[in-house]
Amino acid sequence: MAWNSFATPLIGKGVRWASRTLHHGGSAFPGKIVETIDPTFLARTLAQLPLGVVLVSGTNGKTTTTRMVASMLSDLGLKVFTNPTGSNFTRGVVSALLQTVSLAGRLDADIAVLELDEAYAVHFVHQVRPRYSLLLNVMRDQLDRFGEIDNTARLLGKAAAATDGTVVLNREDPRIARLARLAPAGTGVRYFGLSDDLKRFFPSDDDMATTVSVEGETSAASPSVAGSSASAGSEAALPADVTLTAVGDHAATFLMDGDEHHTDVRLEGVYNLYNAAAALAVVRAVRRDAIARTPSVAGASAGTPVSDFRARLRRFAQAKDDDLIAAVSRVTPAFGRGEVIDVNGSPTELLLVKNPMGFRLSLASFPPEGADTMIVINDEYADGRDMSWLWDVDFTSLRETGVAQVSGVRAWDMALRLGYDQVPVGAVDTDIDAALAAFVARNPGTRKHIYCTYTAMLKVRAALGRIAHVADAGVGK
Amino acid sequence: MGKTIDVMSLYPKDMNIYGDSGNVLTIRRRLELYGYEPVIHQYNQGDDWPDHVDLILGGGGQDSGQSKIIDDFFKRADLIRSLAFHGTPMLMICGMYQLFGEYFETVEGSRLEGIGVIGAYTIGKDVRMIGNLVEHSDDFGDIIGYENHSGQTFLREGTSPLGSVDEEGRGNNGEDFTEGARFNNVIGTYMHGSLLPKNPLIADFLIRNAVERRYGELNDGRLATDAQTPDQAAELARLDEVAAKAREVAAARPR
Repeated sequence: MAWNSFATPLIGKGVRWASRTLHHGGSAFPGKIVETIDPTFLARTLAQLPLGVVLVSGTNGKTTTTRMVASMLSDLGLKVFTNPTGSNFTRGVVSALLQTVSLAGRLDADIAVLELDEAYAVHFVHQVRPRYSLLLNVMRDQLDRFGEIDNTARLLGKAAAATDGTVVLNREDPRIARLARLAPAGTGVRYFGLSDDLKRFFPSDDDMATTVSVEGETSAASPSVAGSSASAGSEAALPADVTLTAVGDHAATFLMDGDEHHTDVRLEGVYNLYNAAAALAVVRAVRRDAIARTPSVAGASAGTPVSDFRARLRRFAQAKDDDLIAAVSRVTPAFGRGEVIDVNGSPTELLLVKNPMGFRLSLASFPPEGADTMIVINDEYADGRDMSWLWDVDFTSLRETGVAQVSGVRAWDMALRLGYDQVPVGAVDTDIDAALAAFVARNPGTRKHIYCTYTAMLKVRAALGRIAHVADAGVGK
Repeated sequence: MGKTIDVMSLYPKDMNIYGDSGNVLTIRRRLELYGYEPVIHQYNQGDDWPDHVDLILGGGGQDSGQSKIIDDFFKRADLIRSLAFHGTPMLMICGMYQLFGEYFETVEGSRLEGIGVIGAYTIGKDVRMIGNLVEHSDDFGDIIGYENHSGQTFLREGTSPLGSVDEEGRGNNGEDFTEGARFNNVIGTYMHGSLLPKNPLIADFLIRNAVERRYGELNDGRLATDAQTPDQAAELARLDEVAAKAREVAAARPR
């Protein structure tokens, strides 16, 4: 065993402490050091997990879905390791592992649920073969980083091809459903899907309707969800392990093995209900394997001592679909994914937007009537430098209410975008702190929607933290 | 009866990436605000060609998008060449810019023919040129946008670029400091952004040529029709003020 097997956790923890103390704040920095001095740390550490790794990737919904899967597995009795919100680069995983492992390098968990962005998923599977891959969707997002959307699908294909247990795929996204053929022989393939009448709520990238094309048509369909014919292709015939069949206000119905399960949820936004179907499908895949590994209850002789892990595994294997549904109902929203903060008596909704489809889904999920709207657009590397994406979002649903405040580095780009969509704009101020103060001071008690890009969200949260109580970011319980 | 202008969005289904539809929206809204009656024709492969076309806008696409439209595009090549030759204004971004050239040679060496409106050819490379870009043009001043392409385009002698760039590693091919190309009233460019909202001078160049070809020379060169209301004039001025601020910010951002 190499010297660094023992030294790495210590060095990593030291670097972590140093970087925190020095207020670097960046959670990936210790990971960077360890990736350099001990390149096998990641694979070696994750190899200890008896139930392996669940990899979650795709353009939209990674964070919330990862949180759901981790929360459900943990709710059902397993010890789960997961990477904190947003640190979806391999380096972030390494940093999170360093924080968790003992000084001997031991990882006290049964299974890991890891969110990885599309490019880093490839990097990751070169080092670690996931037992499960949950691939959500491919949409136009940060194309300046990944090139083209078909290329993004190819990246996810590499994750599918490296998975040795079960690949769980979105049946309604043709680029994702097509990845089934890349799964190795012996690897299972499962789908999550939508009932036909729900498909219009969840357009795939091919259904991207622009303001111009929507208005050019005579169709009365709602602009943000118009047309879903392209996604209802041949893939629709595939059987889904979990199907979302009805959505309501904080409620959903899932079809599994012919039974419909209705439940309330705490998640915000209709698109998160479909993410819940995805999470259910992967948890069911893990449970299927757990059942196969657990001797029948009758066969296990009473009185034989079983390890803690065996006990947890048995308990998990015995979970019924109703238990899974109950676990779904208890998942809470993640950072920036529909959090509601009370600011001076105004329920304030923070909505992370990072690509056209996500922005469209958010606009469709949070009707603007009766609320004040603010949009904050930054263009740092994590946000994407290219502002073109704003032109792929249809903002006409905001014409009636207008947008009270626009901010962020690219506030004027956003104001221009809204101008061409004939959406009235109240104030424009590139200074986020000043804009936010002005925005929250108006109409106390009125619901507020703040749409932010990633780095804008960090700034908005920090600024709100000085005004109101804002929960710590991250997955922490 | 208002003055109609027929605007074609060329292959919006498969050649529309990085917000190129923003160009269509900008042309349509500005036409309205000048007092015209824009009609947008979404032309996809297999569709009937409209009776009248005053202005054509094309966008970028992925390789798969290019292969989907290519047969139809060749079928329409003579028509498009003739329109371009006779002065119909067109704006072709990225993928359509490449297809308006002579040919595109991929990294693997296979060759995709273009329709040769623009005297230029493109060679595929492994390296993408990506980032904010400001280029300079005599006709349009500074052009603000965002380039994102792996093809390197080389202009034939006699073909004018749209603008010039200040540094190596950007523009048409990263080597000769040119960006984009012009032929008659056709503009080809790698600039997304979307291009036209932040570059209203280019939008108005396209509109002016479309209007003059259809309705004859403009009185005093004024784009606005008699139908333009004071509110419309004020809104146009407001949009241009917002664009000026957006340009200023964009020009100062890192690559």
